[in-house]
Amino acid sequence: MSSDNRPFVTDDSQVLTDTRDARMTGEDNRFNSKLREAFGSSPFILTKFDKFMNWVRGSSMFMLQFGIACCSIEMMHTYAVKHDLDRFGAGVPRASPRQADVIIVPGTIVSKFAPRMKRVYDQMPEPKFVIGMGSCTISGGPFQEGYNVIKGAEEVIPVDIHVPGCPPRPEALVYGVAKLQERIANGESSPVTVKPYELEQFGDLDRDEIVDQLAQEIDEEDLVMRYNWADSP
Amino acid sequence: MSLEEPEPDVPATVEEQSPDEIAEMLSDHVIGREEHLNAPGYVIRPDAVQDVLSTLKTEAGYDHLSCVTAQEYEDRYESIYHLKKFDDPTQEVSVVVPADRENPVSESADPVFRTADWHEREAYDLVGIEYDDHPDLRRILLPETWQGHPLAADYDQDRPQVVPLRENANPLQEDQRSEQDTDTMFLNIGPHHPATHGVLHLKTTLDGEQVADVESDIGYLHRCEEQICQNGTYRHQIMPYPDRWDYISAGLLNEWAYARAAEDMADIDVPEYAQVIRTMGAELCRIAAHMLAVGTFALDVYGDFTAIFMYAIRDREKAQNILEDLTGQRLMFNYFRLGGVVWDLPEPREEFFEKTRDFLEDLPEALEEYHDLISGNEILQMRTIDTGVLPPEVAKSYGATGPVARGSGIDYDLRRDDPYGYYDELDWDVVTEDGCDNYSRLLVRLREVEESAKIIEQCIDLLEDWPEEDRTIQANVPRTLKPDDDAEIYSAVEGAKGELGIYMRSDGTDKPARFKIRSPCFSNLQTLPEMAEGEYVPDLIAALGSLDIVLGEVDR
Ligand code: SF4
Repeated sequence: MSSDNRPFVTDDSQVLTDTRDARMTGEDNRFNSKLREAFGSSPFILTKFDKFMNWVRGSSMFMLQFGIACCSIEMMHTYAVKHDLDRFGAGVPRASPRQADVIIVPGTIVSKFAPRMKRVYDQMPEPKFVIGMGSCTISGGPFQEGYNVIKGAEEVIPVDIHVPGCPPRPEALVYGVAKLQERIANGESSPVTVKPYELEQFGDLDRDEIVDQLAQEIDEEDLVMRYNWADSP
Repeated sequence: MSLEEPEPDVPATVEEQSPDEIAEMLSDHVIGREEHLNAPGYVIRPDAVQDVLSTLKTEAGYDHLSCVTAQEYEDRYESIYHLKKFDDPTQEVSVVVPADRENPVSESADPVFRTADWHEREAYDLVGIEYDDHPDLRRILLPETWQGHPLAADYDQDRPQVVPLRENANPLQEDQRSEQDTDTMFLNIGPHHPATHGVLHLKTTLDGEQVADVESDIGYLHRCEEQICQNGTYRHQIMPYPDRWDYISAGLLNEWAYARAAEDMADIDVPEYAQVIRTMGAELCRIAAHMLAVGTFALDVYGDFTAIFMYAIRDREKAQNILEDLTGQRLMFNYFRLGGVVWDLPEPREEFFEKTRDFLEDLPEALEEYHDLISGNEILQMRTIDTGVLPPEVAKSYGATGPVARGSGIDYDLRRDDPYGYYDELDWDVVTEDGCDNYSRLLVRLREVEESAKIIEQCIDLLEDWPEEDRTIQANVPRTLKPDDDAEIYSAVEGAKGELGIYMRSDGTDKPARFKIRSPCFSNLQTLPEMAEGEYVPDLIAALGSLDIVLGEVDR
């Protein structure tokens, strides 16, 4: 650089050219990270803000610490040593639903628990994502025939990713989480399912035999969930 | 079993009464006799339950009500009280209480055995028998607004049900729940809470920082296991389910419970070689289960998600790898078959042995670490010694078994006392601790890991030298198994959490007419109020952690 009156020249043909050339031509690709490729040689990136947000969201997910049944044991293994979900930017279990982005539903959902799970889901701030872990969250799994079992998590809350298995191996769950991250980063929105089971006020239910029977026991304003074992798929 | 250390409080012979002596003792309360495969059965009048049970308890020494089974016949309802002796569980009697078809009522056993409280509530909930004199006869597993009793004959599964969400509606809305004593505060712990080890709901009333009252609300994982087993065939369809009762890797222990009951019922002999494999696999499961118990206990007490929990998981992973080599699955093994196991050890055998040996070799060092970090740690000692005290008499009355009972000095372990598998040929000890507190229960688990390691090592030695031509892994079992009509059996094994029993009644078909699971956690969890009331909230959490419940087994 010359010593005249223009002290702030950044003529980039003269700055760091050697390293950059080496990188561009592939002689030295130490610095060719994904990020670099996205940035190119310029210090700016142009992107849509929501695209950026999606990318951020997918790269840092807070999971809800939520255990139901057998699958939660494998979920714990996924969080812990060896499989270490944290490596993928998704391994900080949060004890409170208010701090969590993702809920992994690991296990069989029964009638008594479903309203509570719905409540926990409702308490999570938007945007929120759901991973259904195990056959039980897909269809009721091995317990589908049970009188008390909800045939899949999707009866209660919308699910973004299903990880099949009974229980899925930790690797499978990791894959499921990675897939979810990919979807989030691509801005694919979560599916909206028709939810047959909703929390409603008891007074709003259609009157029929069972409602009449229970009218003594349940207040009009109490929240209830109505099950119809035979009707769900 | 070790012979080096004679246990003075387990006399070699516990006084045994012949069936006729017992019948005499019960005199005119008995209205009939039955023969169950495991024990003599006495049919008694429905209003004499308390008399009969207290006679049996005080005069004949049957101090362990291990299970209450309820079922419906075409012409009557029936509750069966399975009694045993803590000092010698091979001595059993069944007390059969018929109840009227139209108006099924019988007397509650709660004043005699505290454990009857929950068992009878469950019988009421699922089958529909009512118990006179019961302190609190409500539904226990199903939501309180449920209609019908699902294991009764006329239950219609297709009817709609309505379940309310009342509790937890707004925790801050009404802080003072009790009208008389406005100093207390009601606190919900669960059903979604990290310290409850699953979906357990504790309704706690606090007086300042002390627990004035705690009531467990269970049933959030009631997966109808009994119904599903009743719909499965003995030979193949039931075996996958036991894995899912106590799912903390204790699969093989649970499978054994079913295998034992069914094999006794259908008179199947298991080849010795398969017994050794079973014993080895079961103990590997026990190690894995206890590791998780210890890890989560430390997590409850320290809130430390890093060191101890991770160490425990690390050691579990090793055990699970070995089990995976053996069975093909990490968690839900489905490895036992009636009459043996499904396949032989993996080839090459040497590699498997070496891997297992490596695991066992590293174990003492790992345990050393646990003792450094946990049992030798002053903070943990302060939190756990003399908290959650469970005196042995109370534990017995609640039917507590497993490490919970052994931590209260009750020397009761079915592996030794009612031997099955290969246990009585091997050299190992039953671990007991006399502290009765949270710390003792923790120590029992850690020490049991050592004993299990001993057992596995001996099994490996045996398997290594087993002559190749004798390696029969399964007995000949007919393709469809139909035990004799009306055969009834209750038999139990020592699961990871205690006595895991199965009651089965056959009706001559290839499916059981009644399948009842006696889960150790169900009984153990009942002791929680005894341990926690009057203590601080953190001690409640520690006590719950030391019980090591698993909700899949509590709710079934
Ligand atoms: S999918 Fe299988 S392992 Fe998972 S909760 Fe259901 S039964 Fe358990």
